[in-house]
Amino acid sequence: MLDTLGRLFVAAVLAGTPLLLGAIGEILTERAGNLNLGVEGMMFMGAISGLAGSYTYEQAVLAGGGTPSGVVSALVALVCSLAAGMLGALVYSFLTISLRANQNVTGLTLTIFGTGFGNFFGEYIGQNAGGYVAVSSVTKDAFSGLDIPVLSDLPVVGPLLFQYNWLVYLALALALAMGWFFARSRLGLNLWAVGEDPAAADAVGINVTRYKYAATIIGGGICGIGGMYMSMVTTSGVWVHNCVSGYGWLAVALVIFATWRPLRGIFVALIFGGLTIMRMYITIPGLPVQIYEMLPYVATILVLVVTSMRSSREHAQPKSCGLNYFREER
Amino acid sequence: MEHTTDCAVRMRHITKTFGKVVANRDVSLDLRAGEILALLGENGSGKTTLMNMLSGIYYPDHGEIFIKGEPVTIRSPREAIELGIGMIHQHFKLVDVFTAAENVILGLPGSPVLDRRRLEKEVADLAARYGFDIDPAKKVYDMSVSEKQTVEILKVLYRGAEILILDEPTAVLTPQETEKLFAALRNMKKDGKSIIIITHKLYEVLSISDRVEILRKGEYIGVVDTGTTDQDQLTEMMVGRPISLEIERPAVERGEKRLSVVNLTCESSEGVAALNNVSFDAYGGEILGIAGIAGSGQKELCEVIAGLSPALGGAVLYSGEKNGIPVQENLLGMSPDEIARKGVSMAFVPEDRLGMGLVAGMDMTDNVMLRSYKNGRGLFVDRAAPKALAEKMIGELEIATPGVDTPVGRLSGGNVQKVLLGREIASEPSVLIVAYPVRGLDINSSYRIYDLLNEQKKKGVAVIFIGEDLDVLMQLCDRIMVLCGGQVSGIVDARSTTKDELGLLMIHVEKFDDEEAAG
Repeated sequence: MLDTLGRLFVAAVLAGTPLLLGAIGEILTERAGNLNLGVEGMMFMGAISGLAGSYTYEQAVLAGGGTPSGVVSALVALVCSLAAGMLGALVYSFLTISLRANQNVTGLTLTIFGTGFGNFFGEYIGQNAGGYVAVSSVTKDAFSGLDIPVLSDLPVVGPLLFQYNWLVYLALALALAMGWFFARSRLGLNLWAVGEDPAAADAVGINVTRYKYAATIIGGGICGIGGMYMSMVTTSGVWVHNCVSGYGWLAVALVIFATWRPLRGIFVALIFGGLTIMRMYITIPGLPVQIYEMLPYVATILVLVVTSMRSSREHAQPKSCGLNYFREER
Repeated sequence: MEHTTDCAVRMRHITKTFGKVVANRDVSLDLRAGEILALLGENGSGKTTLMNMLSGIYYPDHGEIFIKGEPVTIRSPREAIELGIGMIHQHFKLVDVFTAAENVILGLPGSPVLDRRRLEKEVADLAARYGFDIDPAKKVYDMSVSEKQTVEILKVLYRGAEILILDEPTAVLTPQETEKLFAALRNMKKDGKSIIIITHKLYEVLSISDRVEILRKGEYIGVVDTGTTDQDQLTEMMVGRPISLEIERPAVERGEKRLSVVNLTCESSEGVAALNNVSFDAYGGEILGIAGIAGSGQKELCEVIAGLSPALGGAVLYSGEKNGIPVQENLLGMSPDEIARKGVSMAFVPEDRLGMGLVAGMDMTDNVMLRSYKNGRGLFVDRAAPKALAEKMIGELEIATPGVDTPVGRLSGGNVQKVLLGREIASEPSVLIVAYPVRGLDINSSYRIYDLLNEQKKKGVAVIFIGEDLDVLMQLCDRIMVLCGGQVSGIVDARSTTKDELGLLMIHVEKFDDEEAAG
């Protein structure tokens, strides 16, 4: 029993990490007052770009007669996915911040675009590679669990906490850093003000446009990394059609569940990660598998209902989130 | 006062136009170091525009600005604050979920890591220096209007402003809060700050300022020393012709009882007792004033009578008739719609002015229709009648608007209030409740509104007037009921009462005197 719980915990962490990345990316975006519903799209863009980056790097090195390095390959995947996510967010930012297009519509469009982008290039590269695209074992190893000296070998604690792939720790570090950023730093306070009341921020000389662009683009980049996790870790470096499969939307819901706080996002992502893979670890005889697959979405609906009843002001959505800012002019 | 050359601010021959509208034409202004200058003028006289050019929001078309003798160009609020100019606007720009201290330091350069405890202490020290009473760790959404204003003032002081501009700071304050603000302003003056206060309230000008500059229709009219002027001279300069400051109180025979409120008790939306056993009668042909410190239950009283919120106990009896027989009907429990159809009408002007009952984005016709659209038969609404009424209102009430198709949100505050009041009057009520109808209005518009209320009184309507300004209440009303903490602390005859008596009633409830209640 304890063993099953342990394995469930490990699986929940692994499944929850892309959710965490997507959620903290969106938290950063929404804290600046932009409701970017394109998380799913940006994750798709990050997923295919990361995979394609690694794959192209490997092919280039092999063609040159060398041996690809796992670390370099992983870094290439990281940079490519980050750039792809940022690119998607840049388009979104230009449309909503500079041109003041409707945020909901723009975000939804980005999701549709990103999904098509990912699947199209996934299939395209696959066709060219002769059926399907997959990275070599060197890269796969770079995305498998770490073996940290001493820590990973600790009994009980080692397997539970210190044997994950490096992206898990990166996601945790990002969440912790972001939590500190909002709670303690001057820039974080300014950014929060931009999302709450851009007119007030503008009046004290904060460059609203710059903050919005920066937060939305960095947030998009983090979402892109979350997508890369799906293609490199979840599907082990093989392009699977529709591999992000709704995780982006779950991440958007998690932002609400986490009440726009990155640290709470860690726990929420863990719970949702657990819900998405529970069917493989806890089986109740006679319960159809579809019920399990429903769980994360049922939980999402419940969360939305519960949070809509809560009225604390600090734990609510940033007040100007979803609204474009026009400086008052006569 | 000495004639010194060291003016904190000199504005010379400033002209500013917006399209074809000339907001300021050849206006000059001197602010001497360490003085309080009142900038006086009616709504639309260009006071705020002129000051916005000093605070970097607008840029003048012509003219020069000198700060401490140096010619300057001010292109943004940030440049203004670098020159030591800070403006406190009428609409506060504060982040609700932040504390006072966080709002004060927002956007400033400084150490990347925030030391909240130290910042809060700095803000508390600054507040104490000028005699402000504020908790730096309090969230803005928990604050009263007066506290929010304090935070705005601290914000510009913290940024090192030497020149402060306050845009109608008292429009939203109670008399007591105004006194506190003025005390703080005097402390700042002692500290060497130069202050411009934009206002159109004459008694405030006389009590706080050293000199007064008057603008009319965007043009400079003159400057006078406060010590050598009086209300009549200022009014004449402001309006352009001598007008009587007396408010008319036509003698009308008191009619029959229209509304009888008996032991009304209710809770506010936060669950705090807001009204406690409130009883009074309102008669036709009479204006009943309601005085009290802000938040003494005025809003709840309006809402309960109009059917917008429930009561815990008591009754609101309306004297009507059924089949020719006079009956008293309890309005409690009826829907707002039913109550309005009985002839009980309410116009409430809240602090943010765009009143309860008007939709900012809709034009005048549509807003008038909100009252009448249910009267129509059939599938389609009748737009012709409300449009005619709106046009009639524009003419009768002198509403300044490009036309009935302009959204009411674009009209100035006074005109919005006229639309609101005009629509309620047009429904020919038998009981008219108006709350703060002259809030933020200039003299001319205020008197127009008093006239409207008097016309209603002459027609035999029972008018209930909830007001802030005791002088106005004492001159306009027939009887004044004073609320204190949700209780009636007294009902007095407006002709014989004194300001001191009302002030005492406003702050504590004495043993209820039955003779006075009968009034």
